Amino acid sequence: MMTRPEWMAALARATADEIAAELAAMPPLPAHRTIRGPEIGLTMLRGRAGGDGAAFNLGEATITRCSVTIAGGTLGHCWRLGRDRRAAELAAVLDACLQQPDWHEVLLNAVVTPLHRRQQAAAALTARRAAATEVRFATLATMR
Amino acid sequence: MYVAVKGGEAAIEAAHAWLAERRRGDESLPALTPEQIEQQLGLAVDRVMAEGSCHDRGLAALAIQQARGDLIEAAFLLRAYRNTLSRFAACEPVDTGAMRVQRRISATYKDLPGGQVLGPTFDYTHRLLDFALAAEGHAPQEAEAAHTTMPRVTELLAREGLMARDAPDDGTPPPDLTREPLPFPTPRALRLQSLARGDEGFLLGLGYSTQRGYGNAHPFVAELRMGEVEVMLAPAELGFAISIGDITVTECQMVNQFAGSAETPPQFTRGYGLAMGHGERRAMAMALVDRALMASELGEEITAPAQNAEFVLLHADNVEATGFVEHLKLPHHVDFQSELEKIRSIRARWEQQA
Repeated sequence: MMTRPEWMAALARATADEIAAELAAMPPLPAHRTIRGPEIGLTMLRGRAGGDGAAFNLGEATITRCSVTIAGGTLGHCWRLGRDRRAAELAAVLDACLQQPDWHEVLLNAVVTPLHRRQQAAAALTARRAAATEVRFATLATMR
Repeated sequence: MYVAVKGGEAAIEAAHAWLAERRRGDESLPALTPEQIEQQLGLAVDRVMAEGSCHDRGLAALAIQQARGDLIEAAFLLRAYRNTLSRFAACEPVDTGAMRVQRRISATYKDLPGGQVLGPTFDYTHRLLDFALAAEGHAPQEAEAAHTTMPRVTELLAREGLMARDAPDDGTPPPDLTREPLPFPTPRALRLQSLARGDEGFLLGLGYSTQRGYGNAHPFVAELRMGEVEVMLAPAELGFAISIGDITVTECQMVNQFAGSAETPPQFTRGYGLAMGHGERRAMAMALVDRALMASELGEEITAPAQNAEFVLLHADNVEATGFVEHLKLPHHVDFQSELEKIRSIRARWEQQA
C-alpha cells in the first residue's frame, strides 16, 4: 500500500518520458483542466548549521509545479525539482486519478510501482558501488 | 561621472559574432552539447551551481558552454537567469544525517560506525596525466551494501560532552541575504549562506591562511560526506510535506581547538561547510572560514583577515567582485579627463615653484 506522499515522491523523480512510457499501455486517463501551471520557479534550499542546528539558506533550486482538476472536481498536484513541465502536468493528473477509487489500484500497479522500483534499484546500485570503496583496515592485530 | 554617448553598435555586433565563432571552435570537430558537459564535466557544473546559487545541473552546463568554460561568467549567467523566476516556496532543511552516502571519511577516527567510504575520489590517484583516458572505460565495482546508519562524528563527540553543540533550531525562518542587505555583526545563518555561494578560490585562500597562522586554527576533518539528500517542501494547498526530489550535497565538519569559560568546561569547537553537488574543497574551505568567523563569539582576539566578517563576507561573492573589477573596462573617458586636468594643473604649479 502506498500513501499519497509516497506516490507523489515517486512521480516527482520520474521524467516525462518515463511516465509516458508506463502510461502507453493504459487506457486514456480522464480529461483534465490545469488550474495552475505547469510553471517554473524557484525554491530556497536549506541546510542546518553543523548538520543538526539552526536552519540557514543554502541557495535556490529550480522547481516546477502544476495543479489540475479532473471530472468530479478532484484536484491533483505536483511539485518537483527541475524544469520538466510535461512531467509536472502528467504527475499532477496522475495524482488526481490516484485519489479516485476506480483508478487507484490500476495506476499504482501499472505506473507508480514500476517507477518506484526503478528508483530504488538505482539507489541500491549507488549503495553497492559505495560499499565497494569502503576501507578494510589491515591492522597489525588482524594481520598476525 | 557618467555621460551617455552613442556609438559602437556595429563594433559590438562584430565582437559578439567573433565570440560565437570562438565559442564553437574548430568546426571540423563535433560540437559539445550541454548534456555532455553535465555528464562529463560534472564538478565544473557543481561549482557553477554553488556560486550561481541555483541548483539546476542542466542550466549550469548550458551556462558553462555559453561562457566558453569561464566558470565565474557561467555563475553570473545562472544568477541572471535566477532573477527572472519567482520563488514559490522555501524547502525544509535537508537532513544530511539521512544522506544516501557515496563518500564519507573521517580523519579523526579510523574505525567509526558506518565505516570509511572513499567514493569516487581523486585522493590516492597519482596525479599523472593519463594519455589513455579517452580510450579506457572502467566499470565501477560493487559490493554488498550494509545499510548501516552513519552517525555524525561530531555527534559522537557531543554525546561525550567534548564538542560544543550548535544552537538548536527555534523554528523561525532563517534570514536571507538575497532579500535584505548583510548586517554587521552578521548572524551565523547569513554567514553560512554567504559562504555557501562564495568564490571557491577566495574561500580556499582564506581557509589556507588560517592554517598558516593567520588566525589560530588547528583543524581536523571530523567528517566529510557526499551523497544524495531528499528535498522536502510543504505546499500550502496540501498542508503536508512532500518529497520533491533529491540533490547531491557535500558536507564537512571541521573540528577545532578548545573553548571554555567559567560556566562551560573546555570543549572542541567546530566549523561547518555545506556545498551543492560534489565540492569537497569548497565544503572544507567553508568550514575553516566558518570557524574563523566565530572568533568574536568565542572571545578570541581578531587578528587575521579570515576572522573579519566584513572583509570575508563582502568580498567572497565572485559575481559581485567580477562586476566591480570588470566595470573598470567600461569607458571612464570623462572621469579620466578630469584626472588629467588635475595633474596638469598640479604640475604647472610645481613647475612655477621650481
